Amino acid sequence: MQNSPSSIIATYDLTKCFGHHLAVDHVNLNIHKGEIFGLIGPNGSGKSTLIKMLTTLLPISEGHAVIAGYNVKAEPNKVREHIGYVPQLLSSDGSLTGRENLRLSARLYLISAAEQNMRIDQALDMMGLTDHADELVQHYSGGMIRRLELGQGMIHRPDVIFMDEPSVGLDPIARHAVWDYIKRLRDEMNSTILITTHFMDEAETLCDRIGILNKGRLESIGTPQELKQQLGKNATMDDVFIHINNAEASQPADYSDISRERRHFNAHS
Amino acid sequence: MRIHDIIKKAHNFFSQSWAITAAELWKLRHDPTELMTRAIQPLLWLLLFGQVMARVRGMTPGNEKYLDFLAPGILAQSVLFAAIFYGIGAIWERDLGILNRYLVSPAPRTALVLGKAYAAAIRGLVQAVIVYIAAFLMGVDLNLNVLNIAGVAVLIGIGSALFSMFSLIIACIVRTRERFMGIGQVLTMPIFFASNAIYPISLMPQWLKIVSLGNPLTYEVDALRTLMLTGMIDHMNLSYDFMILTGMTFIMIFIAAYLYPRMAY
Repeated sequence: MQNSPSSIIATYDLTKCFGHHLAVDHVNLNIHKGEIFGLIGPNGSGKSTLIKMLTTLLPISEGHAVIAGYNVKAEPNKVREHIGYVPQLLSSDGSLTGRENLRLSARLYLISAAEQNMRIDQALDMMGLTDHADELVQHYSGGMIRRLELGQGMIHRPDVIFMDEPSVGLDPIARHAVWDYIKRLRDEMNSTILITTHFMDEAETLCDRIGILNKGRLESIGTPQELKQQLGKNATMDDVFIHINNAEASQPADYSDISRERRHFNAHS
Repeated sequence: MRIHDIIKKAHNFFSQSWAITAAELWKLRHDPTELMTRAIQPLLWLLLFGQVMARVRGMTPGNEKYLDFLAPGILAQSVLFAAIFYGIGAIWERDLGILNRYLVSPAPRTALVLGKAYAAAIRGLVQAVIVYIAAFLMGVDLNLNVLNIAGVAVLIGIGSALFSMFSLIIACIVRTRERFMGIGQVLTMPIFFASNAIYPISLMPQWLKIVSLGNPLTYEVDALRTLMLTGMIDHMNLSYDFMILTGMTFIMIFIAAYLYPRMAY
C-alpha cells in the first residue's frame, strides 16, 4: 500500500453502510502531516459519518483506516490518544467553567497532575480565554465556546484534530477569529487538521486541500486552486460545489440532521 | 504483565473515572439547589406518611415501631429516585455533544460509566445524611456504631451505583428524553412498591412476594434495616444481601459499559 512517509491519515476503501444505504462508499484518502484538509459536500453526503468512523465513534463497515500509524479498527485506543475531536454539537459542559472543562479533558487524557495547570493555562492563553477561565461556560458567547472546544481538543497535543463544521452558527467576526485559531494550532502545534464544512468561503480560506464528497463517494480532491481550474478561468468554489453535485438540488437531509444543526445554532446564539 | 504495569493501569483507570466524578461534583458545587430539593421528598415520607401509618397495627413484622421500620426504607427509596434519573443526564449529554467528547478520549468505557456511578453514590450519601438527621430527631432507634454507619455508607454506594447503571442502560436503549421520562416513571413505582421499603414482605400476596425477591431494592432495604437500627432482626442475612447487590451492580456496570458507546451512533 502506498503510504507516503508524511501521510498521517490514510483510508483504504473506507465504507459505512446503514442497512442497504451506503453512507460512506469506498473512500480512499491520504492526508499529509501538517495539512489543513477540508471535506465538503451537501447535507447527507457522508462527511460526518466519515469523521465519526475516523474518530472511533462509529464502527467501520468495510475497508480500513490508519491514523498516526495506528489501525482504527484494531487499535482504537491508540488512535484516541493521538487525535482530538471538536464535534459539530456543543461539547463543552455549560454547567462547568472553562477551566474545569479543560481540566476534565486533561484528566481523561491522563496528563500528569504536575503538568495539568501548565497545559490548561497554555490552552486558555492560546484561545484567548484567560480572562473568562473561571466563568461558567453557559455565559460564554458562541465564538468563545468554539475556542474552548478547540482548547479541549488540543490539550493532549494530538497529531490530528478533527473538527465538524467549526463555524456553524458563528457571526462573521467570530468565524474569522476561529479560523485564525485553527491556523495557529497548525503552525504552533504542528497538528494536522481535518475539518468538514459546507461553507465554500471557509473551505477556500482555511484549507490547503479539499475533498468533495457526494452521496458517500469522494468525487474530487485537490487544492482550491486546482479544483477551480478544472472548471475554467473564472470559476469559484461555489461553481465547483454545484458542478460536483451536478446541479441536482442537494439531497433532502433527514430530519435528524436538520434538527441537530438548528439545535447547535440555537445553543450558540 | 509485570506488577508495576498492573498498578499503573489501575491507577490510570481510576484517575479517568474520577475525572468524570469530579466534574459532577463541580456542578453540584456551582448549583447545590438540586441536593436541597431532593432532600424534601424523603422528609415528607417520614413526616406525613410515616406519622399516619404508625397508627396502623400490624405494619411491622415484629414489635418494631413503624417509624423505625420505615426510615431505612425511605433512605433506600431516596437513593433509588436520585439514581434512576441518571439516565436522563446521559441523554442530555448525548443530545449536546459532551458524550462524543468522552467517547473519543482513550478512557476505558467502563471507567466512564463507573465515574457516573461514583457520582451517584456521592449524591446518595448526601441523602443519607439528611435522612439520618431527620430520623434521629424523630426518635428512631438508630444504631450509631461506627462500623454500622460505615456499612450503611457502603450500601448506599452500591445501591446508587446499581440503580444509576440500570438507568443508564435504559437511556442507552430508549435514547430520547421523552421516552425516558415515561419509562422512568413506569419503572420506579413497581421497584418501590414491589419491595419491603414501606411494608413487610409478609403482608404481600404470594405472587408479589416472589416478584419482590427478584427486586434489588428489597435486598438494599433489608441490609439497611439490619445495619441502621438497634435490635433489628436480620431478616435475610446481611452477607447474602451484600453478595446479591454487589453481583447485580457488576452485571449492570458491564452491560452499561457495553451499551454506552452505542449512544453515539
